[in-house]
Amino acid sequence: MDNNDKVIQVTNLTKRFGDFTAVDSISFEVGRGEIFGFLGANGAGKTTAMRMLCGLSIPTAGTASVAGYDVGRQAELVKRHIGYMSQKFSLYSELTVKENIALFAGIYGLSRREIKDRSQSLAKSLDLGEEMNMRVGILPMGQQQKLAFSVATIHNPEVVFLDEPTGGVDPVTRRRFWELIYQASAAGTTVFVTTHYMDEAEYCNRVSVMVDGQIKALGSPAELKQTFNAASMDEVFRALARNATRNE
Amino acid sequence: MKYSVPWPEMPPEMNKSFIAFVKKEVLHILRDPRTMIVALLVPVVQMILFGFAISTEVNDVEVAVVAPHITPAVEAKIDQLSHNPYFTFKGYIDGRDIDRTLASNEALAVIVFDRDYTINGKTQLVMDGSNPNTAQTAAGYLTQVLDDTSSSGLAPGVTILYNPQLKSAYNFVPGIMGLIFILICAMLTSVSIVREKETGTMEVLLVSPIRPVMIVVAKMVPYFILACIDLAVILLIARFALDVPLSGSLAAIFILSFIYIVLSLALGLLISTLVDSQMVALLMAGMVLIMPVMMLSGMLYPIENMPAILRGVSCIVPARWYIEATRKIMVEGLGFGYIFMELAILTGMTLFLIIVSVKRFKKRLE
Repeated sequence: MDNNDKVIQVTNLTKRFGDFTAVDSISFEVGRGEIFGFLGANGAGKTTAMRMLCGLSIPTAGTASVAGYDVGRQAELVKRHIGYMSQKFSLYSELTVKENIALFAGIYGLSRREIKDRSQSLAKSLDLGEEMNMRVGILPMGQQQKLAFSVATIHNPEVVFLDEPTGGVDPVTRRRFWELIYQASAAGTTVFVTTHYMDEAEYCNRVSVMVDGQIKALGSPAELKQTFNAASMDEVFRALARNATRNE
Repeated sequence: MKYSVPWPEMPPEMNKSFIAFVKKEVLHILRDPRTMIVALLVPVVQMILFGFAISTEVNDVEVAVVAPHITPAVEAKIDQLSHNPYFTFKGYIDGRDIDRTLASNEALAVIVFDRDYTINGKTQLVMDGSNPNTAQTAAGYLTQVLDDTSSSGLAPGVTILYNPQLKSAYNFVPGIMGLIFILICAMLTSVSIVREKETGTMEVLLVSPIRPVMIVVAKMVPYFILACIDLAVILLIARFALDVPLSGSLAAIFILSFIYIVLSLALGLLISTLVDSQMVALLMAGMVLIMPVMMLSGMLYPIENMPAILRGVSCIVPARWYIEATRKIMVEGLGFGYIFMELAILTGMTLFLIIVSVKRFKKRLE
């Protein structure tokens, strides 16, 4: 892989709030189309790191580029080339499916024609018919989440950030959601995902585990299990988190 | 001639996202009947309530008369009274029955004509004081009617300008305007911004390329329009249902209201930066904004009657200046020159609030 294929490049990225170092000099790279799992206990600094990568928070030290733009100096351009879906539900439940699509597509500056085309293909891929004119709030949870993902990638971003996207759903629904993630990845979209569920960590191409603001482990799930002599990602995670000094 | 779009340094697709966002805000309001009710029905209900139910003016005062000698002069006076729409003449009674008549609510006031009324024009008023407000207003108006032909020179002839019938509508219409704009602009805007924080959609918006300040401006647009509709509705009800003359310049009322609406929107933004839940936003708007507007702006209670410290506090209540200026224009028919001070104070407050709230809003994002 040459440098152009590194969609996310992070070098010694640091964020301090007063005396507290939330993110302590982390470095990693993520390639095009890769599914990168970003793990860590609550308070490990995941959210702060992710906020910096999304252009919401300016790094105290170090650099990070996302989709070729510097997160500190070109935050507006970064935002234009990424998608985002959070653990809290990220669509407007009192608007219809169509209206949500039109809103977010409009915010990303898509033309009327593009909005129409994308809505149609989205309806097809999610198997939505009548539901397109229903309020999002009355759809089943699993469908809402798939829809939120599709809307987060409506503008074909280079990277999509998923902040604990499957919080509160059962493993079967989670599995179906991940099928969408694999599709996006196959189409060349880089997926950066944080999660609490270790079965999800197994689905990633590579994962990093953050403890106390630092990345303590980085590699494919198979590599990490081998290194830590563990049977599952869950054991790997617990082995690392055991030494954490920060509380939740 | 070509005009450029008034958004400097903004690429064309930013306008598109702005419009998409305004559309969404309009949909939100249309979808939520509660917002619509608060925004459009409350002003009408308040106008009607204050106009017809909680009126401080006194209608249909029942008057009994004690007259030792029913002379032509007395009869002329009674005739004048009974033709006045505000009074009902209940008949002559005996001097010993005054107490009983008032106690049994047969009459609210008894006029006692002097034995030598024809010569000295002297009268005495006996009022039922169980409701002091009504008694006071009725007494004031009765005095005026009894005095107007008096040649005695004993009491000063009172002439009330601008609002000769002491109609309370003149007083409360500006007050309601001061209240409604705070309600719609400050309360609804703050709740709508905080709702996005609560549901988590704010995060998604902040990660999108739409600029944070634009999110806020887009949110304000529909509420601004709602406020303008309310302004029109209130003025129409005031003019045609409550007979408020609107004697001053309409342009002055609009400009004044425009400044006050922008001020209320800035207040709404400020509240949204201080709290994290819709519930608290509502409470804040209710306690910190609406209470002072009702109590300290001169809407219900005259500022002149307040203790010095409250009079001082009333100076920082924007509604006070807005209501005062609106009264001057609407009731006294004065023009711009006379509301210069109020305009200046309101403009200053508006600028201050915009700067503080936008700064706080930006800081909160970090």
